[in-house]
Order: sequence, then structure tokens, then C-alpha cells
Amino acid sequence: MANLKEVRTRISSVKSTMQITSAMKMVAASKLRRAQNAIVTMRPYASKLQEIMQNLSASLEGSSDGVFGADRGSNKVLIIPISSNRGLCGAFNANVMKETVSAIEGEYKQQYEDGNVDIFCIGNKTADLLKSRSYVAKQVNHEIFDDLTFDNVVAIAEDLMQKFSEGKYDKVILVYNQFKNAATQILIKEQLLPLSEPKPAEEDISLQSDYIFEPGKQEILDELVPKTIKIQLYKAILDSFASEHGARMTAMHQATDNANELLKELKLTYNKARQAAITNEILEIVGGAEALNA
Amino acid sequence: MNLEIITPDKTIYNGDADLVQLPGIDGSFEILNNHAPMISALSAGKIKVKKPSGEEFFEVKGGVIEVLKNKILVLAE
Repeated sequence: MANLKEVRTRISSVKSTMQITSAMKMVAASKLRRAQNAIVTMRPYASKLQEIMQNLSASLEGSSDGVFGADRGSNKVLIIPISSNRGLCGAFNANVMKETVSAIEGEYKQQYEDGNVDIFCIGNKTADLLKSRSYVAKQVNHEIFDDLTFDNVVAIAEDLMQKFSEGKYDKVILVYNQFKNAATQILIKEQLLPLSEPKPAEEDISLQSDYIFEPGKQEILDELVPKTIKIQLYKAILDSFASEHGARMTAMHQATDNANELLKELKLTYNKARQAAITNEILEIVGGAEALNA
Repeated sequence: MNLEIITPDKTIYNGDADLVQLPGIDGSFEILNNHAPMISALSAGKIKVKKPSGEEFFEVKGGVIEVLKNKILVLAE
């Protein structure tokens, strides 16, 4: 039978772990609410912008996406895995890492061997995980999650757009978790640059070509294309941020449940051990008394 | 006509309007009911919304506007 004191120590340690996990769950839940709000209010903007882009490109004859739409093949590739700065959120970061590795080893194997694939990690964790697999991230940005505003994301996006237009990269790929709900994240790999040709909407083709453009199509396109790219990056980061808290909440919920289960078992063991000890004691006393009587 | 003003953070206006005045890149312009379909870029300035119950102003740093079938969509910043 297990030692009474040993079991007691385990019980108290499991209890304190449970306190931590349930507190982390609470914190994640409240952060999730805010992050979720941000992404939910952001989505209509992104989809409407996409709509306008579609209408615009439908009415434009031929493609003229400008610098950011130039398809130069995929010789120099930049992969941007978006993860979190902190762990304890289940498979959240590992998934991003796996997808990144599979992209490097699958689609862009040739380019990687030629040294033309760079990795720019947003969030610490994927950088650490990739390092353990001997992929070194060229650049890591972890400050963004301290102050997640549109302006800060715009700074990153502008830097990327400049590098793209200078020809440093021919392709920029985002790998991130899209937020579906608190328990579900969908891993997404999408192309940020060059801007993929939006599919023209099917309905109202006749109407769309009737748009008046003020001041002119090209000016509007010049305005819209960088905006679309910024919004796409901002949306990806917000999505990832909300997903992170969702994943952490779920993971911590699981951990708390497991701790509860463990606690139940330990308590049973403890009570059994206690009963056995009492029984033993009684037996000893009875045995002693018997010996005296004899 | 229906007007919707959206920023990346939130929807700041969604409802009816009689007249909308917007700061276009080439100068301020107004949109009335039954305007032709239009897409235009905005510069920094004030959006004025006139409705039966009064006027409302929104400050924007730039954006895009789409007008289609009496639905005005402003993507502001």
C-alpha cells in the first residue's frame, strides 16, 4: 500500500497544478474574447475589400495589378509562419511548424537546396521549433503580439512589399491558423505576394462594367492593392492570435479535467491507505490486549 | 439609400442616409439617391452623413467607396 505521506504530497502538487491550469484557462478565455472580437469585426472589412477588388478587376480589361501582382515564378521564396510567443497551447505551434517544414521539403525543396528560401517567423515558438529541426529563421518578430494594432502590422507589410518590389523575394507565403471557433483552428497556407488574381464575381457582370471610377482606375488600383495586402496580413495575424488563445483555452481545459481525474484517483488511494493504516492499528491494539489477557 | 461605413476595427455606421459627402482624392463630392455605380478612393477628411433625423460626421484617414444599386459601402481607415 502506498505511503500515506507520499500520496498526500502528490495530491497537493496536483492540486496546485490544477490551480495554475484553470487560472490559465480563465486568462486565455478572457483574452480570446477580445481577440475574437477583433477578428470578427475585421472580417466584414476584408471580405468587402475583396468584393471591391473583384468588381474592379472584372471591369478592367487585362491584368494590371502592377508591381505587387508580378508573377516571377518562385525562385526566391519567403515563408512566414505565424505562431505565438508562448507555449502551452496544444498542437497550435507544432502544426504551423509542420506545415512550414512540409512546404520547405515538398513544394520548395529545390529552392531550399539553392539557399533561396528564407523564413520570417512572427512569434517565437515556431522559430524555436524550426531551430530544433535545423531550419534557421532569418528574422523573428515577436514584439508584434505585445501591441497588436493595425499600424504595427502595416509596418511589417510595407517592409515585405518593399522587399518584394525590389526583387528580393518572388513569392511570400503565409502559414497560420485560421480561427473558426474556440476549439477549432484551420491551418492555412496562403500566398501574400504576388497578389493572386481575384476571381471575378459571376453575378452582375454587366452592371460592374458600368462603374464610374473617380479619379481613375489605375489610381484606385494603386490605392487598393497595397491596402489589400496589408489587410490580408493583418487578418492572418489576428486570426492566428485568436486561434492561439482558443487553442490555449482548450488545452488548459483538458489539463484541468485531467488533473481532476488524477485527483480523484489519488484521493481514493489515499483513503484506502488511511483505512489500511487504521485497520492495522486496531489489529495491533487488539493483538496487544489479547496478549495481556492471556 | 443604404450606407455602410466599415473600418478594420468595427462598423461605425450602418443605416439609411439621404446624402453623403465624402473627401475624394480629387476633392470633396456628394452622393445622392440613385447615384450611378461608382468606385472611388478617398483621402483624409470628414464624411458627412445627412439623414432625416439630422447630420452625422465621421473622421477618416483615407479609404475606398463603392456605390452600387443605392448601397454605399465605405471602407475607411
